[in-house]
Parts: sequence; structure tokens; C-alpha cells
Amino acid sequence: MTIDWNAFTPWSAAAGGVVIGLATALLILVNGRVAGISGIVGGLLQPRLGDVGWRLAFIAGMLAAPLAYAAVALAPSLTIDASYPTLIVAGLAVGIGTRYGGGCTSGHGVCGLSRLSPRSLVATLLFMATGFGTVYIVRHVTGS
Amino acid sequence: MVAIFAFVAGLAFGVGLILAGMANPAKVLGFLDIAGRWDPSLLFVMGGAIAVGLVAFAIARRRTASALGLPMQLPTSRTIDARLVGGSLLFGIGWGLAGFCPGPALVALGAGYGKAAVFVAAMVAGMAAVDFIERNRQRGRSMTPGASGA
Repeated sequence: MTIDWNAFTPWSAAAGGVVIGLATALLILVNGRVAGISGIVGGLLQPRLGDVGWRLAFIAGMLAAPLAYAAVALAPSLTIDASYPTLIVAGLAVGIGTRYGGGCTSGHGVCGLSRLSPRSLVATLLFMATGFGTVYIVRHVTGS
Repeated sequence: MVAIFAFVAGLAFGVGLILAGMANPAKVLGFLDIAGRWDPSLLFVMGGAIAVGLVAFAIARRRTASALGLPMQLPTSRTIDARLVGGSLLFGIGWGLAGFCPGPALVALGAGYGKAAVFVAAMVAGMAAVDFIERNRQRGRSMTPGASGA
């Protein structure tokens, strides 16, 4: 293992993490809801009365984030290397996986670990493991 | 009020992801590529978020109502079953293929990236497929009580 010191950004990463944590704190302490993105999106598929508005508002906030960020700082450009077919397969896997697994990086990884949930710890270790494994296979075995 | 605070929370969540660099799939893949030139930044994102989250959820656990008087809806499930395991394993594969998980994909969609729109559409389709399958399975069960699966 060699650390990519040029790419490594511990300070902005930790600062961004704290902002994410504050957003999570706001949603649970003010609205009583867990900030699990896959759950917030998935909950719209079986809409219940009075449970739709906050979900749409949260998603709208996320969509508006790049605009808000660009208003005060230089927004970084994103690099999406995956091809369209790969994006479709990946999107399906993420959608199916998070629905069965009951959460993603935010719901299990951030909120669940913050709640000290054993269930979320298991989920996080497993999706990290296959995440590492998948990138290993794609980059170092099949070689692209 | 509920919607306004939810919007602010979503906005802050997205800004945090951008600030952390995690809206960028290339950076996420740099973290997942542990055998290559490894970028551990994502660990620091989780550390920062969990440091705040630990305090927030410790407070939330001792309350029954939120600041707006809404019920504190904390997850109650504690079962570690095949669904959790299989779902999480599959999610990790998708995450590793594209470098997108749900949050960053929404932020990238908001930034106007067409590829993020394709990912989000496939993700929602995957979620809808699970809901459809599970609904039919439940219906099949309730219509034929006692009849075990074919």
C-alpha cells in the first residue's frame, strides 16, 4: 500500500465530514429523521400522506448544494470515468443493494455508526469490503 | 417548517460532500483503490461526520420528540440477516464500479452531470424493482396461506 500524498486531503475531508455531521444532527434533532440518503429517496416510492414533503425538500437541498457552493467558493469539477453501461449496472446494484440492506454510506456508515448500531457496523464493513474488492478487480485484475 | 429544515439539512449535507471532495467519483475510487496509490481522505470524512453524529444521536436517544415536536424516528431493527448482508455486499459492488453512492450522485446530478442522471435513474429503478418484488411476494403469501413457495 502506498499513500497518494498529492490526492490526500485530510483537512478538507474532515471539515466536510463535520458539515455532513451537522446536517445529520439538524435532521435528527429538529425533524426527528435519520439522514440516510437511500432511505430518503426510497421512501418516495411508496409515498405516505405527510411523509413526502420533507423528503423532496431534503433532496432539493442536495441538488441545490453545487449552486450554493459555487456562490461562495470555486466549485471543484467532478471526474466520472465510468461508461454509461457501467453507470447503469452500478446504479441498479446500488439501488437494489441499499433497499435490501436498509441503507448506504450515510444511513449505515455515518448515522448508524454514530448510533453505535451493530447492524450498521456489519453493513458498513461489508459494503466497504466489496467496494475495495470491486475496485481491485477492475483496476488490477481485469486491468483498465 | 419541517420542509424548510429538511431543505437546509440536505443543502448542508451536499455542501459537506463537495467540501470533502466526496461528490467526485474519482476521489471516492482513490479511497477504494487500496492496492494502488491510496487516498485515505474518505476515512477523515467519516471521522468528522461521526464525531458530530455521536453527540447528536446521544442527545436524540434521550428524547422522544424532536425540536419541532415530531416523533424521534430512530431505526429499531437490530436483526442481522441475509437481506442486510446480501444488500450491503451488492451495494459495495455498485459503489466500487462507478464511485457513486446515493448522496454524491444526487449532488453530481444537481451540478448538471448527465452521467449522474443516468446513475440516479438506474438506482431509483433498482429500488423500485425491489419494492415491486417484495410487494408481489407478500401478496403471493397472503393469497395462498400455508402454501410454501413453489
